[in-house]
Amino acid sequence: MASNEEILAGLAEIVNEETGLAPEAVELDKSFTDDLDIDSISMMTIVVNAEEKFGVRIPDEEVKNLKTVGDAVDFIANAQA
Amino acid sequence: MRQSQLREHSRILGMGAFRPDVIVTNDDVCQWIESSDEWIRQRTGIVTRHRAGADTSVVDMAEGAALEALEKAGIEASQLGAVIVSTVSHPYATPSAAAALADRLGATPAPAFDISAACAGYCYGIAQGDALVRSGAAEYVLVVGAEKLSDVIDNSERTISFLLGDGAGAVVIGPSDTPGIGPSVWGSDGSKWDVIGMTHSLSDVRELSLAAEAAGSLSAAAAERDEDGKKLWPTLRQDGQSVFRWAVWEMAKVAQRALDEAGVKPEELAAFVPHQANMRIIDEMIKQLKLPESVAVARDIADAGNTSAASIPLATHRLLQENPQLSGGLALQIGFGAGLVFGAQVIVLP
Ligand SMILES: CC(C)(COP(=O)(O)OP(=O)(O)OC[C@H]1O[C@@H](n2cnc3c(N)ncnc32)[C@H](O)[C@@H]1OP(=O)(O)O)[C@@H](O)C(=O)NCCC(=O)NCCS
Repeated sequence: MASNEEILAGLAEIVNEETGLAPEAVELDKSFTDDLDIDSISMMTIVVNAEEKFGVRIPDEEVKNLKTVGDAVDFIANAQA
Repeated sequence: MRQSQLREHSRILGMGAFRPDVIVTNDDVCQWIESSDEWIRQRTGIVTRHRAGADTSVVDMAEGAALEALEKAGIEASQLGAVIVSTVSHPYATPSAAAALADRLGATPAPAFDISAACAGYCYGIAQGDALVRSGAAEYVLVVGAEKLSDVIDNSERTISFLLGDGAGAVVIGPSDTPGIGPSVWGSDGSKWDVIGMTHSLSDVRELSLAAEAAGSLSAAAAERDEDGKKLWPTLRQDGQSVFRWAVWEMAKVAQRALDEAGVKPEELAAFVPHQANMRIIDEMIKQLKLPESVAVARDIADAGNTSAASIPLATHRLLQENPQLSGGLALQIGFGAGLVFGAQVIVLP
């Protein structure tokens, strides 16, 4: 079971791997599309990698609700609980 | 009683391609759907796709590719022990495109049949061809991937029409003294039957057309959509996100298994030829497979779009044309698509 801080760090690593964005830039209140400039295709790749890393299932229809980094952290934390 | 004599090895002896000459740009596409050149390039890497004109059929394109493959292989059509065409856009449920092709080439009475495995069709064909040659059922097998997808798309369908193109690629498979086709890792997942496919069935067409006939206007029904949004003629549609996720995630594993089963390490590959579905899928697979930069990657999609069963042989053909030194090297190929179905193998490039 990962803490929210660990999930955030893990997500930042995945985002960095996919986009080259500095991990520090991946903050809870940042919107994936508007602030981090991540397109829908990169988002799918990030989701797939997050599923693997955190051992959770993020259904297709859930992805569009994950607007901010915080949304994703919360979803993963709940799914792990 | 006797059974046929087994052979130890098979390989691809020669390859051919047919690219139809109508070029459709992203700007052309944007007249049909709300999109932009930039969006399409960024999300898919596609710049143009080719389309066949009204007078060019799936069999015509298959013939063009097959003639070159036979010539390169140095094989006469009469020597073919089987003719296989992978296609989802031959517009007859029966008879097959393969039977017509065999006749045109002069391969009659070779057994001839079509494979319906969408974008995995070519790899399914290689699996079949390899098995037929090694089992002794045939000495030489022609495998063609041929698609006229422009016949089965609705230009205004935003989920898929902008991705697709027409074309054909062909190979001749025959006996070999050394291993030339690695074990095929192939399969299906029909639980995802719905994520990519035709809008409706031929039975629906019959009902729609009977209803239109009763109402006295078949042509109006062909142009209008019914209440489910169906036009009379069935066309392709997809849930792009589901397909994308499945492709990058599950397919990288399938490609890895094809490497493992062939006993080949990524650094031993000369080339990687994934189905040309989306440049972003290709890039992600390269990452997941940890392919070194020394591996040449087929990126024909930029010019050709997604040509379903034709995409892998077209992309391989081009790679060899532009880099003749790759000939004799190992290539990892993987096809995946509607079904869902998938197929992968390591092959020796002809
Ligand atoms: C088809 C594909 C490019 C669509 O990209 P996507 O990022 O999944 O697109 P989405 O449907 O999530 O839509 C994301 C945004 O792009 C827009 N969009 C969708 N299709 C579009 C198009 N053709 N042109 C422009 N914009 C489009 C959507 O309206 C949406 O905008 P919004 O965020 O403002 O609402 C992508 O899903 C894909 O390539 N999937 C794999 C499909 C494949 O390869 N199939 C064949 C396998 S054989």
